[in-house]
Order: sequence, then C-alpha cells, then structure tokens
Amino acid sequence: MKPPIFEYASPSTVAEAVALLASRDGSAKVISGGQSLMPMLAFRLAAPELLVDLKHLKNLDAISIGEDGVRLGAKVRWCDIESDARLAVSHPLLAEAIRHVAHYQIRNRGTVGGSLAHADPSAEMPGVAMTCEARMTIVGSAGSRIEAAADFFTGPLQTSLQPDEILTEVHLPPWPAARRWAFLEFARRKGDFAMAGVALHYDLDGTGRIVDAHVGVIGVADRPIRLAAVETMLNANRLDDKLIAAASAKARESVDPPSDIHAPGAYRAALVATLLARGLKKSAA
Amino acid sequence: MHVKFDLNGRPVASDVEPRTTLADCIRNDFGQTGTHLACEHGVCGACTVLVNGEAVRSCLMLAVQVQGDKVVTVEGLSGDELTPLQAAFRKHHALQCGFCTPGFITTAHALLSHEPDADEERIRDVLSGNLCRCTGYVPIVEAVLEARESYRGSGSK
Ligand SMILES: Cc1cc2nc3c(=O)[nH]c(=O)nc-3n(C[C@H](O)[C@H](O)[C@H](O)COP(=O)(O)OP(=O)(O)OC[C@H]3O[C@@H](n4cnc5c(N)ncnc54)[C@H](O)[C@@H]3O)c2cc1C
Ligand code: FES
Ligand code: FES
Repeated sequence: MKPPIFEYASPSTVAEAVALLASRDGSAKVISGGQSLMPMLAFRLAAPELLVDLKHLKNLDAISIGEDGVRLGAKVRWCDIESDARLAVSHPLLAEAIRHVAHYQIRNRGTVGGSLAHADPSAEMPGVAMTCEARMTIVGSAGSRIEAAADFFTGPLQTSLQPDEILTEVHLPPWPAARRWAFLEFARRKGDFAMAGVALHYDLDGTGRIVDAHVGVIGVADRPIRLAAVETMLNANRLDDKLIAAASAKARESVDPPSDIHAPGAYRAALVATLLARGLKKSAA
Repeated sequence: MHVKFDLNGRPVASDVEPRTTLADCIRNDFGQTGTHLACEHGVCGACTVLVNGEAVRSCLMLAVQVQGDKVVTVEGLSGDELTPLQAAFRKHHALQCGFCTPGFITTAHALLSHEPDADEERIRDVLSGNLCRCTGYVPIVEAVLEARESYRGSGSK
C-alpha cells in the first residue's frame, strides 16, 4: 500500500499548472483533495510521472450564488458545501446530495472538481451535475471551454477532460424557490458509495401539472444517467399514487445495471424503482 | 524534496520522496508512532491527524503537501496528564486493543473543538468514518459525550 514513485509540483497559477500537465504527454496528473487519487496510487491503479497539486491555485474555492444559479469553484470541498447555509435555499438538492458523500475527515479534503473529474458512477456530485444539466468550465493549453454534463461524462471513471486540462468551475442553473425535488440513495453504511441513488426535480404549472421533470440515477450504469422515459411519463401530469407506481415501474425497466460483488443487477434496478417512488412521494410532501 | 512544517508545536524538517505519505513521514522520520496505519487507503480512520486544526487522513496526504502547515497528532493533544477526552475513554472502556484509539481521539477532538454542541447523532455521524474492530462503538460514543462538557465555554483545547 505505498504509492509508486512520482515527481511533485505545486504551481501557483492555472496557466502554470496547465503548462506542467502539457509538458508530460499525458503522464502528469492533477491532485486536488487526493481522496480518490491517493487510494488509486496506493493500489497502483494510477502511476503518473508527475503530480500537479492545485493547492496554491487561487480563486477556485468560492461558492457564488446569483440569479444565474450556483457556481462552485473546483476546489470547493464537501465541508464547504455542508457549512454554507445559503445552499439550503439556493440549491437544496445539491446540499442534500452532498450530505451523503464519504466521512468527516474525507469531507475536509475532497473537492467538487476532483469528484467530477474522477467520475465514479456511484458518486453523488456527478449525479447532481447530470440531473441538473450542470456546465463545467475547463481550461487547457488550447484555452478554455464549457462542457455540458451530458457530454462531460464518457464512461466509468472517464470524462472528456484532456491530459492537459483542468476543471475550474461547475455551474448549476438557477433554482426556482417553488421547485419540487428529492435526493435519495441506498448504501450499506453511512458514507459508503451508494448502491443506487435517485436525484429528481420538477416544477408545477398553474394547474398543478408537472413540467420540466429531471430524473437522474447513480450507481446503475457506467456513468450517472437521466431516465428520459420516466421524465416523459411525469411531464404534463398530476402526481398521484397511480403515476408514482407507473413511473417507478418504468424506472426499473429503464435501467440495466451490471452485477458486481456488492449487488446483483436486478437488486440495483429494484432499488431504483423503490427510491424513485419514495422520492416522488417526498417531493410532493 | 525538502519539507518544513510544525509538528505538535515544534518546527520540523525532512527530506522526503514526493510519494511519502504524511503518515509515514510522521512515524518514520519523526518517531511519532501514535498515528496508526491500518488500511492505508482511506477507509479506517486510524491515521487521522489534524492539519491546521482540521481532521484529515494522513494516509491520503503526501508529506510534501503540508509544507508550512501545522500538524497535530495524538501525541500533541496532551502533556503529562490525560486530556478530559482521553480520561473519558479510559473511564468508559472505550478501547480494548487500542489500535483505533488515536484516530478516534483526534477525530473526536477536532469535532468537539469546532462543534462543542454536537449531539449524539452528529457524534455518531462523524465517528462513522472510523473503524474499531474490538471494543464496540457504544462506549466510544459514551466517552465522547462525557468529554463534550470540557470543550464548552473556555474554548478548551
Ligand atoms: C473511504 C472513502 C469513501 C468515499 N465515499 C464517497 C462517497 O460516498 N461519495 C463520493 O462521491 N465520493 C466518495 N469518496 C471520494 C471523495 O469524495 C473524493 O474526495 C472525490 O471523489 C475526489 O475529490 P478529490 O478532490 O479528493 O480528488 P483527487 O483525489 O485529488 O483527484 C481525483 C481525480 O480527479 C482529478 N482531478 C482532481 N481535481 C481536478 C481538477 N480540478 N481538474 C481536473 N482533474 C482533476 C485527479 O487527477 C484524479 O484523477 C470516498 C473516498 C474515500 C477514501
Ligand atoms: S490507514 Fe488511513 S484511513 Fe486507514
Ligand atoms: S480498540 Fe481494538 S480496534 Fe478499536
């Protein structure tokens, strides 16, 4: 359990960090909180030649809340989100989802940017980003670009980030005060990665019908996904027990989770159905 | 690489390989073996130390990352006497083999220093990231609850 040999640099600007990453032909890696990368190094699942620490980069740790939504700098930590009381109003789905991430000591170091870049299919932050149509700001040698969550996550632990690119910010669209929402997950122990989780939100029109339903799930595919068929079923309808039952059944048949040491696929699919039904009920309460 | 930091209130320096974890540096270079290593990949909490007052897992940090920082291990919490938290652990039999204890003590100390009013649910939530394989968690929670009083008011350390 000892990391392999690597060099270490802690640049003070994004430009320097990008230049360092670009200088190594794909064999340099960013380290931010280190709470996913250090275990990967310990298991020797990663063996970079150079680690570029974001520690001294400025202006990447702000949570800004405005009319255009919530912006989280890449270095915002789980504990920063937890202690920012504004988010309970400005983005309750984010605040609730992040309560489920890991443990106290890990929450003091782990970052939003690290979680998005690590792209664990069971992780909460990528699930929120996918469900809420977050946009990532990414800086590389070629300049900066903005990428939608749907294009950012490309596979298990895989994203569209290039070896010389750094994620600097994630932007979540504005959250109307009357929005209905829920985040539920199931994990064997508190703080463990979810076996499955559901994030959802929708608005109501003047007649109490659902508009703009977003339903995302984690832990059941190679990346966080949206359940378009469930969203279609919910839109333009009133939420009642019948609709909840139908949406729950639709969710179960919309996912095809693989079996692994933690659970058979069918069990995860059943979890999604149950969590969705509970989530919809909770959203209406 | 040369790294300088403050360990338990005194300045220290060492030449480390970048891959040296903070835990290995503290134990091997400075002989502070109170910080225990079990899983070495972030799941057990035995290696918890305080960096600038925050509880972190020292197996998930590199020594070179604490350049200029203040690091406190379990050795740094008490002088010649047991702290109220340590005394409460003894009183409640909150340790058996003692392997996990430094992690629990540093974690609970950080929690109560920041949140002296933490209730039992919060204490359980925070301690859920530390594994004990022999005592059982009930006496540990009881000890932390009892020690809580000593963190109130005086802003006690
Ligand atoms: C025991 C344990 C339990 C955990 N449980 C959970 C859980 O329940 N849910 C959950 O979501 N997470 C969990 N985690 C992971 C934790 O949340 C990590 O903090 C997070 O996944 C990664 O953030 P980090 O800042 O630590 O990233 P690092 O470990 O520093 O980096 C992770 C990856 O992202 C890259 N990277 C980091 N920052 C950037 C950036 N700004 N731009 C480009 N690339 C970047 C790195 O190169 C690396 O490949 C757990 C971790 C442990 C050890
Ligand atoms: S040894 Fe660090 S968490 Fe287990
Ligand atoms: S006292 Fe033995 S592991 Fe906790």
